[in-house]
Amino acid sequence: MEFIGKTHIDFMGKKKFSFAISIVIGILGIIGIVRIALGTANMGIDFSGGTAVQLKFAQPVHIDRAREALAKHGLKDANLQEVKAGNKLLVKIGKTSLPQGNAADLIQAAFQKELTGNTFVVESSTEIGPAIGDKLRKDTLIAVAISLIGILIYIAWRFDFTFGIGALVATLHDVLAMFAVFFLLDKEVNLLFITAVLTIAGYSLTDTVVVFDRIRENLHKNTKDSLETIFNFSINEVLSRTIITALTTFLAAGSLYFFGGEVIHDFALALVVGILVGVYSSVFVASPIVEVWGRRPKTSKA
Amino acid sequence: MSKGLTWRFGLILLFIFLSCLYMTPTFVSPLPSWWKGLLPKDRINLGLDLQGGTHLVMEVEIQKAVEGALDLIAGDLEDSLAAKTIRFKKIGRIASDRIQLTFYDRGTADTVQKIVKEKYPTLEIVPPYDEGGFVSMQLRVGAKEAQERKDRAVAQALETIRNRIDQFGVSEPVIAREGLTNIVVQLPGIKDPKRAIELIGRTARLEFKLVDETVNPATATPGTIPEDSELLMEKKTDPTTGAVTEIPLVVKKKAMITGDLLTDAQVRIDSQFNQPYVAIEFNSTGARLFDQVTAANVGKRFAIVLDNNIYSAPVIRERISGGSAQISGSFSEKEAADLAIVLRAGSLPAPVKIIQNETVGPSLGQDSITKGLMAGLVGVALVVVFMSIYYRLAGLVANFGMVLNVLYLMGALAALGATLTLPGIAAIVLLIGMSVDSNVLIFERIREEMRLGKPPKAALDAGYDKAFLTIMDSHVTTLITAAVLFQFGTGPVKGFAVSLSLGIIINLFTALVGTKSIFDFALSRLRIKRLSI
Repeated sequence: MEFIGKTHIDFMGKKKFSFAISIVIGILGIIGIVRIALGTANMGIDFSGGTAVQLKFAQPVHIDRAREALAKHGLKDANLQEVKAGNKLLVKIGKTSLPQGNAADLIQAAFQKELTGNTFVVESSTEIGPAIGDKLRKDTLIAVAISLIGILIYIAWRFDFTFGIGALVATLHDVLAMFAVFFLLDKEVNLLFITAVLTIAGYSLTDTVVVFDRIRENLHKNTKDSLETIFNFSINEVLSRTIITALTTFLAAGSLYFFGGEVIHDFALALVVGILVGVYSSVFVASPIVEVWGRRPKTSKA
Repeated sequence: MSKGLTWRFGLILLFIFLSCLYMTPTFVSPLPSWWKGLLPKDRINLGLDLQGGTHLVMEVEIQKAVEGALDLIAGDLEDSLAAKTIRFKKIGRIASDRIQLTFYDRGTADTVQKIVKEKYPTLEIVPPYDEGGFVSMQLRVGAKEAQERKDRAVAQALETIRNRIDQFGVSEPVIAREGLTNIVVQLPGIKDPKRAIELIGRTARLEFKLVDETVNPATATPGTIPEDSELLMEKKTDPTTGAVTEIPLVVKKKAMITGDLLTDAQVRIDSQFNQPYVAIEFNSTGARLFDQVTAANVGKRFAIVLDNNIYSAPVIRERISGGSAQISGSFSEKEAADLAIVLRAGSLPAPVKIIQNETVGPSLGQDSITKGLMAGLVGVALVVVFMSIYYRLAGLVANFGMVLNVLYLMGALAALGATLTLPGIAAIVLLIGMSVDSNVLIFERIREEMRLGKPPKAALDAGYDKAFLTIMDSHVTTLITAAVLFQFGTGPVKGFAVSLSLGIIINLFTALVGTKSIFDFALSRLRIKRLSI
């Protein structure tokens, strides 16, 4: 069976359009990152410090009722989130002046008093001191930097400079796109999200490498045609595998998103977004950048 | 060719056998009695996020350990100078690293300097100097000495916490030091995390102090009481209403007896009021001190102070010899049991602060396992169906490779005794999709070669050969990020990195050697003329 037979899509010709889209994605991603740096993003408490408590109630709780109950007990800054299945409520309180170790107890006490008759159990409770959050933030930055440098070194060794730049920009593009989507959906940026970002940074290169390998192969064989023709021809040649490799991984990540439960719901979403953007960037970002670079790349290494 | 094939199939079967062998302890419990000796016993452990439990990071306030040691030295100096009838104006800690002694004349200061040198050779002495008509002298803890004391404090705190947890009864706890000042405690499957945290985090400094009867506690404020006294609170809980009342009491600052002189502490029930209390036993030094103090203070009140809270302040009715006493107060049986544990295990050398506390209830953990498995099954089903339809028989071969991949991965995780977390399960699910990627690249290449008119065998070999480099590239880049995640990640993220990187490495074998062997077998032995791809 074949989804995609022989195609003759002019990918390179659409680069004005695709670059425009990518620039918008990039800017949104950068805004997301800047907001994280400024501390105005929706940060998980593992980075910002604070308390998160997940409660499971016996009966449905209206989120406004819950907010009122907390406000009565001096917790009006609490961030509430309903988990669709099973009357669950996630209460998050950032860094407060409250003495540590008290916020989780206060939340429980408030609900016990205000929502009488609706019993609950604490499914999970996390308290993170500001020192831990600071350390984690620093460690994360280092980890992201090391990963990107590692990938850059590997690509520089495997490909020549122009291809290296193309692959790196595509990778950065995918990372930014994930930040952009989480920024637009106002999803929480936590350690799991960063894990997803790094995973995709490694994984999305697969498609780029597939395309690049073919372009190099064809540059060897064909020295007459223009770069644009060879690039288009190569991308069309490997288009079906680019899409199918992503599709199988997408099927797996998708089942995590739909069936994996609320704890990794956002993590799976980040993976799904990353996989989709990864396909797009290998075709519409990585290759056009190499082509726009304008010269015929050296093809000594294969 | 066929010789190589036998060898390869042998390897595949060997790995299947090893995987099953290593997974047995994980899935068979209890192990049969003949399962012993060299057979593996390591199993895949469930992370705290899957089995429920508490993960704590505690910071030992090491500066306080040094201060506490200096306070003790200051008190000890006061006692020994008084015993030698040497007059001094004041002895006390004035900064976090020094004690100041003030005397009326230089002669005394010089004598004391000699005494100190002998008694505390590790302390640095700032020589006596005149100050406002008095002679002062300072004792300082050097940087190296302070560092050693801090280090010892953390080691000692770790030991004490381990003792407490052992006595509390938690199966398979993890208690480890992290960095200079932190202690990590993991309590899997704990039912009452709050109680455990209170038990572990309590300093448990037990002191017996005389009540200062000269001051009326009701009107006393910290400013108006004598310098050698302090204002503490006695908490009383009404057993029926649960209301807590605080009664102020003024006690002497100096502790007559401290908790390190205890040898035992047990919960007993008062037969008269049916109230639990903690019976304590002193060692010989403690018993002698207790005897002396009670003999000299009959009729006065003796406050039992734990971490600056007064538990009770009974009147001393008679001299108490024999070295036993009891701590009563308004506490429940559980609280009495916990108090006995912390008294037996000893006090922490410095207070600890809980800087991270992650608790997952058992229901959420079970829920995560069920949903993770569900996602995995759906993922496998989708990939299997897709591959079989899209690549027909070759797709089935790729599916076989994927199943091998997951099987080997589980075996490897069990062999390493790795910890499976929810993100770890996610990595395995993700791997289901990624593991057939290698085969997709190969199959597409084979299709291309066949379109060029190559016979099946040549197309097959060319497909595997030419796709190899691409597959290596994609694996290496994924491994780079997985390695970084492993290096810096904690708990759940580490679990993700372990599963992902092992899976990727194993995939090289299953996707390249595993599936190729089946194709080679089909072509050479079954004499297949056409590839179903």
